[in-house]
Amino acid sequence: MEHHQERSDHRSQDLPQVLVIKPPPVLTLFEDKFISSKFQLLKAWESTLPLDQFLTKYAGSVRAVLCSGASPITADIIRLLPSLQLVTTSGAGVNHIDLSECRRLGIAVTNAAGVFSDDGADAAVGLLIDVLRKVSAADRYVRNGLWPTKGDYPLGSKLGGKRVGVVGLGGFGLAVAKRLEAFGCTVLYNSRTQKPSVPYPFYSTVFELAADSDALIICCGLTAETRHMINREVLLALGRQGVIVNIGRGAIINEKEMVECLVRGEIGGAGLDVFENEPNVPEELFGLDNVVLSPHRVVFTPESFVAASELAVGNLEAFFSNKPLLSPVIYE
Amino acid sequence: MESIGVLMACPMNSYLEHELEKRFNLFRFWTVPEKSAFLATNKNSIRAVVGNSSAGADAELIEALPKLEIVASFSVGLDKIDLAKCKEKGIRVTNTPDVLTDDVADLAIGLMLAVLRKLCESDRYVRSGKWKKGDYKLTTKFTGKRVGIIGLGRIGMAVAKRAEAFSCPISYYSRTEKPEIKYKYYPSVVELAANCDILVVACLLTEETLHIVNREVIDALGPKGVVINVGRGPHVDEPELVSALVERRLGGAGLDVFEHEPEVPEELFGLDNVVLLPHVGSATVETRQAMADLVIGNLEAHFLNKPLLTPVV
Repeated sequence: MEHHQERSDHRSQDLPQVLVIKPPPVLTLFEDKFISSKFQLLKAWESTLPLDQFLTKYAGSVRAVLCSGASPITADIIRLLPSLQLVTTSGAGVNHIDLSECRRLGIAVTNAAGVFSDDGADAAVGLLIDVLRKVSAADRYVRNGLWPTKGDYPLGSKLGGKRVGVVGLGGFGLAVAKRLEAFGCTVLYNSRTQKPSVPYPFYSTVFELAADSDALIICCGLTAETRHMINREVLLALGRQGVIVNIGRGAIINEKEMVECLVRGEIGGAGLDVFENEPNVPEELFGLDNVVLSPHRVVFTPESFVAASELAVGNLEAFFSNKPLLSPVIYE
Repeated sequence: MESIGVLMACPMNSYLEHELEKRFNLFRFWTVPEKSAFLATNKNSIRAVVGNSSAGADAELIEALPKLEIVASFSVGLDKIDLAKCKEKGIRVTNTPDVLTDDVADLAIGLMLAVLRKLCESDRYVRSGKWKKGDYKLTTKFTGKRVGIIGLGRIGMAVAKRAEAFSCPISYYSRTEKPEIKYKYYPSVVELAANCDILVVACLLTEETLHIVNREVIDALGPKGVVINVGRGPHVDEPELVSALVERRLGGAGLDVFEHEPEVPEELFGLDNVVLLPHVGSATVETRQAMADLVIGNLEAHFLNKPLLTPVV
């Protein structure tokens, strides 16, 4: 027994170390790709030591960390990792990583945004159609046995010809726009900077975009600038018939103000995959038929998870063999 | 025209009722306690029937109305109208094509997304408070799935165009191959089903297309396959579909229509891989208004001896 353990320890000592503070979904679901002979995982969550002690004791020479939204990489944590050179996050979002600290110290960051674009866009369009055409509400109506007794379901609203404002025209936003065009929607957008190569009209503020749109789709990341960017003023500009769909981060929308607008009928409806304080969802929304709720899963499919895990492994392998990273986050 | 009798077969749209009442002498068939007595009394004043997907003009009704000149359907489907009888008697028939194409195609894609990505089921998950106890499961990717379309008319083409934006390879079955179309053609529905992930019914209901999705087709589609029906309930052998879904021999279904509307097989209510809608394919404010205007337009044209807007017969 001991001899066997010694041998496996000796073998794994040759492998590059990757610190994992809490297992990202991609590790929990597809551990094979990581338990392979490629890396020695330092699993902080399996230790009885508090995190800072674990890091001080074991992670002094660790050069790479694999994380996700569940394990933020803060300045404090970075300070305890003097040899850190790479942060690989398994998802698309990077708001849980102190990017300015990483940039200051020359620590590279990789994510998996491209891998989720299709699924995210599919989800956004699915939620938009669901709200406009009352799919989930009408499905509930049928399952509750109301069709024979209460008759036809109230009419929905046509998607074709609607002006849809895309907030954030990165990978997700472009994938959403491409799909909406096929439904005969007019696509408009707001982004940090105008993109001259796209055919869609640019609006320099979210307020102006909302005022000229029938629906808003939030496809951007959460930063200091975008936090609570969608507030009461923007929602009122969107209007009583307006619909908002959020596949970005809950905190991009001032949730309290949005709930008030929905309850008061000041906007037409919402399709939400993300919330400010997940998994808590404001209960006022549960009684509304013009709202579709999703538990931060609607962008996830096994196919994209496999691709994300392959990308994370690919980035780590590239790093350890001094090759160019596959999907580095570019600081703008 | 106020003296012209128009018989509305069933309730379908209050705007349409209102507009018909302004122009004609409107009879609401569903409010009549004794139908045969009513027909006997009023048969000589009824010159038009307005029907829809639930009720139209069958042989019996046509025979009971000797002065019937036109049947205007508030639908594109004509399965509730005895077309042969109308042709025989020189009765004109109109429907509402084109104006509802987008809505039905949008809904077909909406159903595909709702079934594959489990939108309705995860909405239920959140509302029931289960998210606080644990994450929802993963759902299946839609982009890139092979979409097979039964019937490549206006609605079928519109579904194809939208699915292409999701990088879905498109194939179809039709009575005859369309050489100018770039999508892959299959000469039978079974072959189409064997070669696609999502099978969409988008054809008209006729004697030939009754139960066009049967046990054989369902078996070919298989445990990962999905049926989307935005045609008519009788396009699908409903008992076969239900048992395939319950027994997990079929992956899922998005259904807007059923064989005996508004009755829906209750075995489906407990399944998480189906989405059930109460025949809302064209049910938007915008489209129903356009359909109603087309019905009125056709009737006015007929009674003013002008060319019909959207004649079928």
